[in-house]
Amino acid sequence: MAEAVAATRPGAAARRAWLARALRHPSFVAGGILTLLLVGVALLSLVWTPYEPTSMDLKARYAPVSWSHLLGTDRFGRDVLSNIMAGAQLSIAVGVVAVLIGVTLGSALGLWAAARKGWVEELVMRFSDFAFAFPAILSAIMITVILGPGAVNSILAIGIFNIPVFARLTRAAANSVWTREFVLAARAAGKGGFRITVEHVLPNILSVILVQATIQFAIAILAEAALSYLGIGSQPPQPSWGRMLNEAQLQMYKNAWLAIYPGIAIAVSVLGLNLLGDGLRDLTDPRLVRQR
Amino acid sequence: MNAAMSDDAPLLAVQDLTVTLRTPRGPAPAVRGLDFALRRGEKLGIVGESGCGKSMTALALMGLLPDGAAVTGRIGLEGQDLLALPEAALCRIRGNRIGMIFQEPMTSLNPLHRIGRQVAEPLRLHRGLDAGAARARAIELLDRVGIPDAARRADAYPHELSGGQRQRAMIALALSCDPAVLIADEPTTALDVTIQGQILDLIEDLVEERGMALILISHDLGVIGEVVDRVMVMYGGMAVERGPVDAVFDRLTHPYSQGLFAALPKLRQDRGAAARLRTIPGRVPELADLPAGCPFTPRCPIAEERCGVVPPPVVTVQAGHEAVCHRVERALEGVFGPGVRS
Repeated sequence: MAEAVAATRPGAAARRAWLARALRHPSFVAGGILTLLLVGVALLSLVWTPYEPTSMDLKARYAPVSWSHLLGTDRFGRDVLSNIMAGAQLSIAVGVVAVLIGVTLGSALGLWAAARKGWVEELVMRFSDFAFAFPAILSAIMITVILGPGAVNSILAIGIFNIPVFARLTRAAANSVWTREFVLAARAAGKGGFRITVEHVLPNILSVILVQATIQFAIAILAEAALSYLGIGSQPPQPSWGRMLNEAQLQMYKNAWLAIYPGIAIAVSVLGLNLLGDGLRDLTDPRLVRQR
Repeated sequence: MNAAMSDDAPLLAVQDLTVTLRTPRGPAPAVRGLDFALRRGEKLGIVGESGCGKSMTALALMGLLPDGAAVTGRIGLEGQDLLALPEAALCRIRGNRIGMIFQEPMTSLNPLHRIGRQVAEPLRLHRGLDAGAARARAIELLDRVGIPDAARRADAYPHELSGGQRQRAMIALALSCDPAVLIADEPTTALDVTIQGQILDLIEDLVEERGMALILISHDLGVIGEVVDRVMVMYGGMAVERGPVDAVFDRLTHPYSQGLFAALPKLRQDRGAAARLRTIPGRVPELADLPAGCPFTPRCPIAEERCGVVPPPVVTVQAGHEAVCHRVERALEGVFGPGVRS
């Protein structure tokens, strides 16, 4: 017993144990590496890219893969590698901001609904149902069209779409915590709804929200690519994977790599984030933790 | 705290407490017209099977009934009517003047918070102690409830403690603000038999030491007999029999109480035909289906026609010992066959 207490003594030791377990988890590790790669590329592109992503070289249009252009060039002679690196910035910006909008507003609504029940819950849930009645990309398109095209507005659109996702998830998870006996015990100890939400409900559903956040991050990247592909997302000359796909489709048969590289970039980023989310879900589930 | 109140004024006075639940089949009376009073140091046991309204009574006292439950009557705690108080005022009373221990020590502690912090929380909330003082007091409390090496264990998480230790921590939590009334809802049901006795002894000691009033809820007559001085047998939301525990156990009167006692397994029971456990025939009816008269009528071997229709009278069996039954004389002859009653 005494050892058990010492071993799980909070702080450095517990954190080290968690990290050790995390590093043995294959999808967490794979997802983590891919996500770090995405972030690393985006950071690197802020200070260095092989060429200026927007600089055109009309003498080198559709240049094939070579040492001077590692991934070739597009129809304006822009370096594909530089554009993919710079495109990561937009993907990450969209993911981070859209998820933050969704988490803060959506989770707050969900927690409120679960704590207050009654008409508050009805209202929040019917609002979510309403928002969910439209397919994600369709609602993002609608919002972008209303707000006008552009990177900032597409971020807002994807963020707004995320609100009901997190509101529902948070409410469902919070409701199940509210029925737990320790919440009854906390109420019996004299705690009010707000305290219970902050001290008991939120910490117990944080991992669920975190997992969903990584998955919504991936969805946001896809949605941004889709909006840019449709021409209502980021506008030229801002590098964007979605718009690279759009521009490449005219050349699909002659210069397929132009579509393949941004496609791979999107696929790898989304895959990495999904794997990371899966891994986190396994690692943060306290029941699984104790069984090991 | 209660200097103004004389020692024999009841700490807790419940009058005509009625709880009605909303169910798909219409309003269901979960507690029907309950009356009782508890003085300082008194220990009341509430017995009955699942669904008899004992836990609903506890939740009503705490003001923690599920949504949609309607309560009427009066719950006087230290002179205040709890049913008339707004939620914010109730929050200041819960965990402060009235504490509660739950059945499942495994699930009634938050798995993510350290034991010491959880025990200290009511102190910070109600007494305004700072973190350090609250922690010191929490460690004292953990030590008092018999957790070894309390200063270190205060940093443990609930899953690192055994069931018995968790229940001890729950007791420390419930008692942290020195409540006037402690409600223990099946506090030992989830524990090993060997631990049960220790926990009951601890509760008993603490009640005496602090001059609290105790409400012990259990389906286990053995547990009740060991701890309390007064017992109330509940069925269908009604108190069907009540009185000093010795007097009641000595002359179990209400047919339901007799059935409950007959259903206890006995070690010395003859093998063979009689070795089967006795049960009360039938099962607890849906609350919405309870008869207008005595709720036990459908299962009672000596029920007459009037039992299901006319609410039964309160009959005094001996001083302080009351049974709520139309047929007390017949019941006293024994209801569930020979060998059931002494």
